[in-house]
Amino acid sequence: MVEQQGRAHDAGMTWARSIPYISGRVISFLILVAGAVIMVLPFVWMVSTACKPASELQRLPVRFVPETPSCLENLNTLYATSGGFNRYLLNSGLVTVGRTIGQLVTCSLAAYGFARFRFPGRNVLFALSLGLLMVPFQAIVVQEYLLLRQIGWLNTFAALIVPGMFSAFALFLLRQAFLQVPIELEEAAIIDGANPLQVLWKVTLPLSGPALAAFAVITVQAAWNDFLFPLVAANTPETRVVTIGIALLQGERSTPYNLIMMGSFLATLPMLALFVLLQRYFIEGVAMSGLKR
Amino acid sequence: MTMIRNALGETPLARRRALWGLALVAPNILGLFFFFGVPVLAAFATSLTEWNVLKPAEFVGLANFVRLANDARFWQALGNTVRLLLMVVPTGVALSLGVALLLNQRVPFRTLLRTVYFLPVVTSTVAASVVWTWIFQPRYGLLGNALAIFGLRDVNWLTRPDLVLIPIAVVTIWQRLGFDMVLFLAGLQTIPRELYEAATIDGANRWQRFRFVTLPMLSPTTFLVSVLAIINAFQIFDQVYIMTARTSRGGVGGSASTLAYYLYDSAFGRFEYGYASAVALVLFLIILAVTVVQLRLQRRWVYYESEHG
Repeated sequence: MVEQQGRAHDAGMTWARSIPYISGRVISFLILVAGAVIMVLPFVWMVSTACKPASELQRLPVRFVPETPSCLENLNTLYATSGGFNRYLLNSGLVTVGRTIGQLVTCSLAAYGFARFRFPGRNVLFALSLGLLMVPFQAIVVQEYLLLRQIGWLNTFAALIVPGMFSAFALFLLRQAFLQVPIELEEAAIIDGANPLQVLWKVTLPLSGPALAAFAVITVQAAWNDFLFPLVAANTPETRVVTIGIALLQGERSTPYNLIMMGSFLATLPMLALFVLLQRYFIEGVAMSGLKR
Repeated sequence: MTMIRNALGETPLARRRALWGLALVAPNILGLFFFFGVPVLAAFATSLTEWNVLKPAEFVGLANFVRLANDARFWQALGNTVRLLLMVVPTGVALSLGVALLLNQRVPFRTLLRTVYFLPVVTSTVAASVVWTWIFQPRYGLLGNALAIFGLRDVNWLTRPDLVLIPIAVVTIWQRLGFDMVLFLAGLQTIPRELYEAATIDGANRWQRFRFVTLPMLSPTTFLVSVLAIINAFQIFDQVYIMTARTSRGGVGGSASTLAYYLYDSAFGRFEYGYASAVALVLFLIILAVTVVQLRLQRRWVYYESEHG
């Protein structure tokens, strides 16, 4: 009897105490949801506008669901008016793949070299590479342009891809990852007669999976969304990337917003899809890029 | 020859490993040197020249910097950049910290909510700017419409010099929030549970636990987030280029021009490469100075566990 009373008393206390706790969480949740709605609203507005016919753009009050949905019509008009929107998307894809594979090769080789080999000048070269991280791209954009002009690469895919195949940031990130790989495993492979390239390919890289994925995701996203560099390096109908394509649409006062929103939607979709699929690596990538400075 | 061999290593094996090492780092190091190292060195040299479409580079000493000091447009751009920074950084850091603190509890749909807050980070600044330009459209935009309810009709956000920085700041905050939030969430994970338990035993309430445990333990993250946000704010370019494209690029009377935009406009609008390089050098030095100053301040107010452990 006494015991039961005691238990009831305890339960009562816990319950009473948890009221502020639970209501606190409810309030937190409601605030978070309200914030999330604000975060998502621009996407909803983008898709909604992308599917409105031009006649509904200037209609009040604002509707989110178009009266006559015209997604496909807008898509076709976009392709018809801007000439090569498909081309721009394809170009962005090429540039993104080229840069990512390029960085994967050059930076994993270099990261492995810095992580596992002693050679004259190693520390100086590594420190100089890290020093480049301090320089914002904008500070050298003029020289980058002049350099590309000098070597005759302006408005070529080489200009869009090749400089992006080298990275101090990826070098730093991959070296950190490679240093985590147990050296005994690499030594075992060396004893079996593997040369450094084979060790890197068969032992080190497979054991650095998550870091590689995080690196790839950061690189892909940066390449796809890049704007200033392609703006000065390649701006012809053949070499334009999708961010430049959108900027062009936006600059033309006569282009209606439903087409611009359709263009933005097409440019955003691949990254959103990639993010939903590989969310974990995006988040890890951010945490890692936070370590960069 | 023997000298080179000795420099590489004492034994044949060491020498072979050294050669392998050099060969492995060569592609990336040479590429970095050619495409980034050379431009960095050239930037210093170019800033001392007068170089435009009409004539080849000519050494003019510090003339570009003297011109900068007397250039009202440059000071306007610097002022706008600082104003943007003051709008973006404190708000962004506070909001992302708030969201991270709320998300760090056991709330329903935690992962989904985190995903939603992170979505803008993966979109391009160009697409984000285009969408927000349309949101800020005075009459038919989403915000223009919402404000009409409060009697604010036809506010020309992007053509009014006194307002134009607001839309730019809003996009920047919207796009950056998720990034900072993830850094804060990572920081919150590193705070040991025992500290909260000890504080509770000592009779600390919620607010006191936040004030005397969370905030000090989180200060390295807050520091990092602030530095990154400031550096990011100094580089605002895409937003300005896109959002003012339809009205007057760079804002009416240069009211939206930032350092990065002014640098771009000098080089690719007016083709003054030497002068633009001087602006670039100033931008670089400011970012460098911010980093150095913050690193010094950090010692004073950031709490690092290792220092006390």
